[in-house]
Amino acid sequence: MTTTETPRPAAPAVRASGVGRVFSTASGDVIALGGVELEVAAGEFVSLIGPSGCGKSTLLRLIADLDQASTGELEIFGKPAARARIDQDYGIVFQQAGLLPWRTVGDNIALPLELHKVDKAERRARVAELAELVGLTEFVESYPDQLSGGMQQRVAIARALAARPRLLLMDEPFGALDEMTREYLQSELTRIAAETGAAVVFVTHSIPEAVFLSDRVVVMSPRPGRITDVLTTGFGDVARNEALRESPAYFDRVTAVREALHGAPVERANER
Amino acid sequence: MTAARSSARRGAAALWGAVGILAVVVLWEGYKFLGPAEGVTIGAVEGETGSGVMILPRTHDRAMPHLIDMVTRLFQSTSGGDTPPLIVPVITAALTTLGIAAVGWLIGVAVGALLGALMQRWRLVEWGLLPWIVVSQTVPLIAFAPVMNSIGLQIDRDVMPWPQWLSVAVIASYLAFFPVAVGMLRGLEAPDRIHVDLMRSYAAGYWPTLLRLRLPAAVPHLLPALRLAAANAVLGAVVAEVSIGMRGGIGRMLIQLAGQASSDPAAPWGPTFGSIALGLIAAGSVALVGLGLKNYRRGEAAA
Repeated sequence: MTTTETPRPAAPAVRASGVGRVFSTASGDVIALGGVELEVAAGEFVSLIGPSGCGKSTLLRLIADLDQASTGELEIFGKPAARARIDQDYGIVFQQAGLLPWRTVGDNIALPLELHKVDKAERRARVAELAELVGLTEFVESYPDQLSGGMQQRVAIARALAARPRLLLMDEPFGALDEMTREYLQSELTRIAAETGAAVVFVTHSIPEAVFLSDRVVVMSPRPGRITDVLTTGFGDVARNEALRESPAYFDRVTAVREALHGAPVERANER
Repeated sequence: MTAARSSARRGAAALWGAVGILAVVVLWEGYKFLGPAEGVTIGAVEGETGSGVMILPRTHDRAMPHLIDMVTRLFQSTSGGDTPPLIVPVITAALTTLGIAAVGWLIGVAVGALLGALMQRWRLVEWGLLPWIVVSQTVPLIAFAPVMNSIGLQIDRDVMPWPQWLSVAVIASYLAFFPVAVGMLRGLEAPDRIHVDLMRSYAAGYWPTLLRLRLPAAVPHLLPALRLAAANAVLGAVVAEVSIGMRGGIGRMLIQLAGQASSDPAAPWGPTFGSIALGLIAAGSVALVGLGLKNYRRGEAAA
């Protein structure tokens, strides 16, 4: 008897169905997140946006298996979240770079590899590759306290990519940076995401940021945290550059997301 | 920080140190010069020795020898005749005590580090243990030392050879373990939530997290604890020597010479200086350890 191997259909990067998270507090249960239905395709860039308390960071932590869902099912590349975490299927970046101050930039990037017993020569090669990718080659021997906030965040991105994850989770990674650095890193991130082919789930509270970066923007609302709308930007493979930031299509999508966030059409200043 | 600035700061520190020593000298000699020879006593009954409350100490040469006499006494023979200058037995005794204190420090650091790690690992252990650790330090050493000594004697007789100095070292470790246990606990808990989350995202278990994150992050908390432990170990060793009557150390020498103080008032100051030097050497050696760990003391980078 022969068996023909059928190629497994590519599982989506994230598949959430009916996912919820309830926190028990002294004054009763608080529903942080409820009934989340979401699918993120491999290689897709999806932003989660919404006001504080809408559960966007909670959802990200559930995907990362840093927290467990109270209800529903969550699959990362077709596996349970815990399995995906152990298999290093994702890399994560937080608002703070969270570099270890006693390690050089290179050693910080190498940390996940070191923990998974990658041998030294391979580690060094990978660090060089990643430092180049994020444009920090000449800072590999520096210590984090010698770097600016934006550079530290680039190190954090390089570290998250070290184990070649197919999914990048980012929790307001540019939230603590100034506007100039922020816009620069946004362009850099779209380039890096395209080069690595990784799917990205990006938590933000900035509408322009979400629209500029994403293929789809997931709009969320609080009390209880849930998904209220999903908008496709439709930019496709358009280069994320200054021209896009100035284009009418971009402004259209920004307005659409803003309306979705407010739950009603927003009066524009020039239409009054 | 530039090299010039750090060397300037070191210079300033040395200057302040010298000012401090000078201040002690001025206070001592100043009071000795100005104060009444028999001190000041209130409520004394005429003809009744020892009555009343002394509020200012006596200043005559038997009670307060001149500093210069204390120093020259160090270089005069220990007990007349051909005996070597006092400084020689002082140094020998100080080195003996330093060795015992070092053993006590090592035991204390090992026990303290283990307790700290256990308390960090299991919250229940912290709840159960920490109050007892605090209480342990309220037991007077002078009461605990003879108990330890008699336990040591029993071990020596029934189980295995147990030299008396080992009892002294164990008593010294009793004081030394405390700051290490507390410093270790706080240090291991020092990493930010984000660092702990990151290690979890790398699927790193307890030991890799301990080695790569918690221990390095604990260094700034551990160094002062180790220094305190060193000072405590010296103090504990000196007190233990005295209270269990071990010969050869600086504590015993101090008591012996203090007993002869009325005829030789400058002599007990020899071992006193010796024990001060001992504490400084002990704390200073730990500071050397800190130099080797400089990278672990980099301030958390502002993100």
